[in-house]
Amino acid sequence: MHLKYESFVREPLVDNSKDYHQVSEDIVSPIERKPGRMWYVGFIFSLILLGFGIFSVSWSVYWGLGTWGVNRTVGWGWDITNFVWWIGIGHAGTLISAILLLFRQGWRTGVNRAAEAMTIFAVMCAGQFPIWHMGRVWDGFWVLPLPNSRGPLWPNFDSPLLWDVFAISTYFTVSLLFWYSGLVPDFALIRDRAKTKFRKMAYGVASFGWTGTAKNWQRMEALALVLAGLSTPLVLSVHTIVSFDFATSVIPGWHTTIFPPYFVAGAVFSGFAMVNTLLVITRRILGLEEYITIGHLEAMNKVIVLTGSIVGVAYLTELFISWYSQSWGEMAAFQWRIMGPYWWSYWAMMTCNVVSPQLFWVKKLRRNIPFTFVMSIVVNIGMWFERFVIIVTSTYRDWIPGSWSYYSPTWPEVGFYLGTFGLFFTCYFLFAKYCPVIAIAEIKFVLKTSGENYKKKMEAIDAMDTQEFIDSVHSHHDEAHHEVAAH
Amino acid sequence: MAIKKFAVAAYDDEDVLFPAVSKVRHSGYKIHDIYTPFAVHGLDEAMGLKTTDLHIAGFIYGLCGTSTAVGFISWIYTSDWPINYGGKPHFALPAWVPITFELTVLFAAVGMTLTMCYLNQIMPGVKKHVFHPRQSDDMFVMAIELNSHTSEEAALAFLRSTGAKEVNVQVAESGWWYGRWDKKEPYEALNPG
Repeated sequence: MHLKYESFVREPLVDNSKDYHQVSEDIVSPIERKPGRMWYVGFIFSLILLGFGIFSVSWSVYWGLGTWGVNRTVGWGWDITNFVWWIGIGHAGTLISAILLLFRQGWRTGVNRAAEAMTIFAVMCAGQFPIWHMGRVWDGFWVLPLPNSRGPLWPNFDSPLLWDVFAISTYFTVSLLFWYSGLVPDFALIRDRAKTKFRKMAYGVASFGWTGTAKNWQRMEALALVLAGLSTPLVLSVHTIVSFDFATSVIPGWHTTIFPPYFVAGAVFSGFAMVNTLLVITRRILGLEEYITIGHLEAMNKVIVLTGSIVGVAYLTELFISWYSQSWGEMAAFQWRIMGPYWWSYWAMMTCNVVSPQLFWVKKLRRNIPFTFVMSIVVNIGMWFERFVIIVTSTYRDWIPGSWSYYSPTWPEVGFYLGTFGLFFTCYFLFAKYCPVIAIAEIKFVLKTSGENYKKKMEAIDAMDTQEFIDSVHSHHDEAHHEVAAH
Repeated sequence: MAIKKFAVAAYDDEDVLFPAVSKVRHSGYKIHDIYTPFAVHGLDEAMGLKTTDLHIAGFIYGLCGTSTAVGFISWIYTSDWPINYGGKPHFALPAWVPITFELTVLFAAVGMTLTMCYLNQIMPGVKKHVFHPRQSDDMFVMAIELNSHTSEEAALAFLRSTGAKEVNVQVAESGWWYGRWDKKEPYEALNPG
């Protein structure tokens, strides 16, 4: 029998004594209970936000984009800022599920399901902005390469904006497949436990009739590994392509080669922050503190301090290069960013993204839950300002001083943004009610190596010195040999 | 498919399951299948199953995506509707890399997932026999096919000797069918419990 051993240096991924059945019980029982009052309050509040968003968007479509604050000089305002912000948030899920799977990071099992769900909802929110930004949204299908009666006239395949269409729709599809294929066995568990007729029927359909045969698991694992391998470059490509929307133009402040890695780091930064925001609350309300441990939150805080520092280096590099270029336009753009009429957005970005995450070098703060929660929100405010700074403060003073302008959003733009929060949280509340927020089958898979009670059993082995251990293993072997010899 | 008779053994520990699998195989019983709540690594090898070629299918789907993107865009830009963008070349391969990459990933992911569903015979509306209600929870369930020549008692006694916590004989549909999970199938009336 092979030895399952993991060093004590790694803290347990599942606290307290759990067996397989207890894991199912802990994670599925919130789905089988009636939701608490907090859930209803949150859900209804999200629906109200969503309703306001729908109203704002309808208003913008009916009256046209003249209702927005964007103008000839600042063509992209809150809409594209929010688009980049949401799509950035939508990077954490696939990073956690794909890249950490390839790196064999066991701690991902506690958080990947919720993070992937968050990714999918964030991408749905992000997708709204370019669509409604089109103005004449009924012509939106023109971005698709469909045969048509206009020539046929095709979209511009050389344009980063069209690359974005492909990147984001592919990313959404692949994330959805990855997420749902993981959910199938867990739905089968809920189905097999179900006491009510409706639940048995609904989860029977949702589980695709999964029964968990050895061959089925083998193929499922093969699929998960290849999807992880495909999603890893995919997740990097998506924000790279988003950054091309800016970097391939000739506007000072946008025209830089640093954008792709800088955008990807920023995306991971904000995505992990959003995962922390959601999980700190989810683990508390659903009582999953033993599965999403402080160790998990600390691991994510470590990623936040790393990516926050990368983003900080990128900001400083941009400043240096604008001076080093000795190009008047470049230098002016950055001078205005720092000291112009939008100085407050630049400094909000610098404080939230570069200065405050550095506090996470302190271990006590990394493991402090209220602090983690506050920081996760600060980081996302900072990342929103980053996109605002890039988009608005690069365009509001263009090449002709006569057309310099100032941009502030109008209520439909703000309402649209609030509406995407409504969409996001409506989806998340439904997810938390009807889906297992932790990948049950994957937790069971790591339970015997990383569960606290199983790790304790290894203390006896840990106490032995090396020679003693080798002898004990050999004596086992010898016994086996003797048996064979006796036969 | 066909309704058959099975001897079913439920184990509560994968470390007991592995030796049991090899004992069952050595004794000449035919394992219909083993149902586990999570992916138990090495079980496929222990059962003598071949590795899957699903990833090769994924590679081929990926190639289809690559060629679709390059073929389609180059046809449009060099022959169907060439557009002059500031004197840039019509055949602008570097500019097509992003879309080509995305379509490669899209085709591979969608194709592989559908192939996995097809091979595993899973789809909304599909129903299969569940040998043990806790096979998706904490039980590792082995089903052995019985025929007119095998003694039920001997099979159950043998399974019990391999460390099974529960053993019984069940009549079951061996394949899949369309059905509702909240409805009992007629043949299930023959089974205990």
